[in-house]
Amino acid sequence: MAVYVQFLIDVLSLGSLYALMALGLVIVYGILKLVNFAYGELIMVAGYSLFLLGGTPLPWLVMAAIAVLMAIGAGIATEYAAFRPVRSKSVTAVLITSFAFSTLLQNAALLFISPRARTVPLPDIFSDTVVLGGATIPLRNILTIVAAAIMLAIFSFIMKKTVLGLAMRAAATKFTMARMLGIPANLVITSAFALSGLLAGVVSLFWLGRIGSVVPGIGLEPLLVAFIATVIGGMRSLQGAVVGGFLLALIVTTFNYSLPPELLKFRDAFTFSLVILILLWRPDGLIKGPATGQRT
Amino acid sequence: MNNSKLITFVAIVIPVLAVMLAARFLGFPVFERIATLLFINMILVLGLQAFMGNSGILSFAHIAFMGIGAYTSSLFTIPLQMRGMVLPDLYPVLKPILLSPYAAIAVGAVAAMLVAALVAYPLMRLSDAAAVITSFALLVVMHTIMVNWSEVTNGPRTLFGVPKATTIYLAAGGAILAALVALYFKESRTGLLLRAVRDDEIAAGAMGANLSLLRWKGFVLSALFAGFAGGLWAHFITSYQPSAFYLKETFVILGMLVIGGAGTVSGAVLGTFVVTFAFEALRATENALNSSSVFPWQLVGLTEIVLALAMIAVLVLRPGGLIEAEEFGATWRKWRRRG
Repeated sequence: MAVYVQFLIDVLSLGSLYALMALGLVIVYGILKLVNFAYGELIMVAGYSLFLLGGTPLPWLVMAAIAVLMAIGAGIATEYAAFRPVRSKSVTAVLITSFAFSTLLQNAALLFISPRARTVPLPDIFSDTVVLGGATIPLRNILTIVAAAIMLAIFSFIMKKTVLGLAMRAAATKFTMARMLGIPANLVITSAFALSGLLAGVVSLFWLGRIGSVVPGIGLEPLLVAFIATVIGGMRSLQGAVVGGFLLALIVTTFNYSLPPELLKFRDAFTFSLVILILLWRPDGLIKGPATGQRT
Repeated sequence: MNNSKLITFVAIVIPVLAVMLAARFLGFPVFERIATLLFINMILVLGLQAFMGNSGILSFAHIAFMGIGAYTSSLFTIPLQMRGMVLPDLYPVLKPILLSPYAAIAVGAVAAMLVAALVAYPLMRLSDAAAVITSFALLVVMHTIMVNWSEVTNGPRTLFGVPKATTIYLAAGGAILAALVALYFKESRTGLLLRAVRDDEIAAGAMGANLSLLRWKGFVLSALFAGFAGGLWAHFITSYQPSAFYLKETFVILGMLVIGGAGTVSGAVLGTFVVTFAFEALRATENALNSSSVFPWQLVGLTEIVLALAMIAVLVLRPGGLIEAEEFGATWRKWRRRG
């Protein structure tokens, strides 16, 4: 019993983070049909903001809010630096500019802060544990699930009930038509980047809660997770991103529980090979999105 | 070989030979090292161009195939008496096999090609962003394997004892050969069809082009280049670790190709030269600044920052790279006719 509860909580908490990460990637991809390679660096930006605020007497929630705001700022900066100047010209060019922007941010952190890991301030509640159904569970895992549920609720409210959300969904379905009907392209795109920064910022708090410190290369793993989750779920569907995130968490956690230690170090190789198999079966991902995927 | 292709080829061979002779006879050993690495990088960039330029799909996995070439070739050339020390857990079958470095480099290239042939077929069904993302995942998979398969790679630690066999002449010869193959491939039936698929997937498919098979051929060829370059590199550097075949190197190689122009062979070569010179100049500056301690702290990553800014700037101004669509030979002939 205890082990099942533990397994379930592990899958749900990891899946929540993966789903939020994937959602932030898909919201930009849906509109622009372009992948943001600097997405992982939003986590890094939020992490270093927390680290720099660590010495101040501010309450942790304020620090966390500032860190999330910095991630939103970095998301918007990505759009201005890497996307806006080239996005109408060439797909490959944007992939490279966002990759270059990611390298730029990472090396800026190397140059101005340090190549070594820096501890970030975390509230005490993150290291507490609770006993649930006979299993001892870190409280932060429960918090992650709760926070993700709140974020998903806010996100679907924005997408479904507000004019901005409607405009973003319209732009994701058929960008040209949406523009003809008077939806301002730049505003929609910038909002998408801001939303993706918000999601990454919230994820970063819990991601850092798991590992406790920040390094310049911290963004790679969440970026990869978001990539894989979106590819499994279907690149163009917001629901698909969430499904893909939880499915990926299920796969990873199952491997964690079942693989013997000498094979566990190859876990990532197994996970990604499984992903390739899923793609063989359904090249478009599990859930098909609204549009044809034609870039506009 | 028609006239304009010949001009392009000559225009690639001349700077290669010039740099080779200058580096060899100016008398600074560091120049010879830089030039040799430049030629090896040129093979890598040309390999990437053969796939990416013709198919229009960005591939991040290229550097991993360089790693396969490097490790496979090294397995057969590390001297027998050192093997027990370098790779204590090596499989007994492989222990007594010793090949000449040249044969081993060829084996490494073929190994990279075979791995590519196996893993790439399912991936080539994907298009656009999904293809790019899975190639990124493939890079991570291969990196994980290289870091953890300590029987043949010595794990994350340095693999040493590889004999030095790559000379500047061998590297330059390899680069020229790579340029020749890349030029031929671009104009071959497969290359032409691949470019048709790149420009309009649906129209080319409707005319009978087998999309995934074409891409697969391009990918396998590009992995052959990468494996070859990896073998040459391993027998030049002589000791290395898996982190050499990861994102930093990927960034440099992609930067070279994209700044030069992914669509053309001339662009790939030009990009390799431009980025190598810029990179070495910046690194020298960084080292000079660090050793003269102008700043109170050590500068790390300045070179990458400037390179990243240069990449963004080039792409904003010329999204297709310095040489976008037309090989140098064609431009030259037009210019001659006009003049």
